[in-house]
Amino acid sequence: MRRKRWFSYSLRDSGMNPRGFHPSQLKFYLVLAPLAAFMLLPIVFIFSHAFKPPEELFAYPPRFFVVRPTLKNFTDLFARISTSEVPVSRYLFNSVMVTLLTVLASVVVGSTAAFALSKKRFRLKQTLFAINTVALMFVPVAVTIPRFLIIQQLGLLNTFWVHILPALAMPVGLFLLKQFMDALPNEIIEAAQIDGATDWQIYWHIIVPLTRPALATIAILAFQASWNNVDTSAMYINDENLKTFAFYLSTLTSTTAGANLVAGQGMAAAASLIVFVPNLIIFILLQSQVMSTMSHSGLK
Amino acid sequence: MQTDRRNHMIGQWRKEASAYVFVAPYAALFAVFIAIPVLAAFLLSFTFFDSIQPPQFNGLLNYIVLLTQDDIFMRYVLPNTIQFAVLVGPGGYALAFLLAWMLAQLPRLPRAIFALILYSPSMTGGVAMAVVWQTLFSGDQNGYLNSFLLSLNLIQAPIQWLQSPEYLMTIMIIVTLWSSMGVGFLAMLAGMLDINPELYEAGALDGISSRWQEIIYITIPSMKPQMLFGAVMAIVGAFQAGTIGVALSGSNPTPRYAGQLIVNHIEDYGFLRYEMGYAAAVSVVLLLMVLLFNRLANKLFRED
Repeated sequence: MRRKRWFSYSLRDSGMNPRGFHPSQLKFYLVLAPLAAFMLLPIVFIFSHAFKPPEELFAYPPRFFVVRPTLKNFTDLFARISTSEVPVSRYLFNSVMVTLLTVLASVVVGSTAAFALSKKRFRLKQTLFAINTVALMFVPVAVTIPRFLIIQQLGLLNTFWVHILPALAMPVGLFLLKQFMDALPNEIIEAAQIDGATDWQIYWHIIVPLTRPALATIAILAFQASWNNVDTSAMYINDENLKTFAFYLSTLTSTTAGANLVAGQGMAAAASLIVFVPNLIIFILLQSQVMSTMSHSGLK
Repeated sequence: MQTDRRNHMIGQWRKEASAYVFVAPYAALFAVFIAIPVLAAFLLSFTFFDSIQPPQFNGLLNYIVLLTQDDIFMRYVLPNTIQFAVLVGPGGYALAFLLAWMLAQLPRLPRAIFALILYSPSMTGGVAMAVVWQTLFSGDQNGYLNSFLLSLNLIQAPIQWLQSPEYLMTIMIIVTLWSSMGVGFLAMLAGMLDINPELYEAGALDGISSRWQEIIYITIPSMKPQMLFGAVMAIVGAFQAGTIGVALSGSNPTPRYAGQLIVNHIEDYGFLRYEMGYAAAVSVVLLLMVLLFNRLANKLFRED
């Protein structure tokens, strides 16, 4: 067998979806590498800033990278009791609970609906899916006011549930799930029906295992929407005990009292890292699932 | 006969009942938190409503005031929104396509790494990141950007980036573009990778000679559905990002209305002045703008 020489490239290495390296790819690296570095800067900054001791946070001239890393910002953050005497751990606990429940519930609510829309036959099916497709372009901030009034009417203001319930109907989520399920062959389901499986059994034993990538994608989208959400705490909640960590982060520096701004800097840096890192970890873990879901994302 | 038909109807309904049970939770939540608010915005837009007294019907007055008397809307909010939406929407979309196209031509591992880097800013969104931006763009000489530019002698005195009307809009656009490689970008990348490679070979035989022709005649037509999905996501993202100006500058209205977008105008009237009927009319205008952009995208990419 002839040894492959380093300069021999196969045809499959150039063009779309190549298997290996090809000199024609160099120009893309040349564009992408600086751009990626530039886009990464603020994220590197979050990491670096969070570990800076006070003298580096306020050093002049300011330095981008941390020199003597310390955990002081984190210990300060957790030692601090907010102005209304709520410990930071409480915000974090709220965020974790809210996010966990939102992710779970939106996966269940979205996937059951998608199952019906994709695999069941009923009269409203086309209409419902069409409405949902129109709602893909729904911009929640546009209707903050009527939403507020409805939430008020339902008595959800100042409750734990206001974090969760409005976030569950995700048109993009349902759309992606349904498209993914459409690609599953109907024969599997028909075979199960012949064997006497109920719809719940089909959903649980066939649909759920086979749509894992799509479920993971919805989970990520729900996670991001919920974990990073500031608006719900700001608009619908007065009770400090029910607010979330992302909201707390936004208050650390936005208190326009000058003195607080200085003291808050280090803690805000630590808090933004705490908000950011779970996003990153979850996406890295699930990224191949996301990509396989996105193959089905087309709007026809 | 009659009973037969009724039995048939009931039988049919029974057969469908389980399907309705499966959609019911989603449909209910969708109705309460998406459909009804949109409808309510529409209805409220024809009323005067201060959230204390019940709404009073006042016809088209809100719309007439919006178009003829709302100086701030016409002079700042509308031009700002259009500028922001066009640069962030179609601009971000074109950028996402271009980046996806380059990524698709790299091998698996580097592609995954670059995709992660480009996507990661979109994970936290604009508002939670505002803290970081406030530090980087801080207005005193201690601000990172100021210090950097001062050291290069590009500026002589520190600039109040987030408080000065000249720079706020530019920063808003950069920050939003930075975080706009989201779901739509991933969808386009996935769509591109799924294109059958034989199409390109066939295209080469048919005389396609340049990369540009390849994009126009093969790549885009073969992934129209993903192109449309990406476009819808870009449009929604552009309008949804409207609160970034307030988050960056820390005040609504933004300094001299420089970063005032339609979303901020809604909040300004709805939650600060309690003119909810008027705010609802502005919401309807916003929804119509989104709809208009989407029709355009549909025209371009819908397959029939």
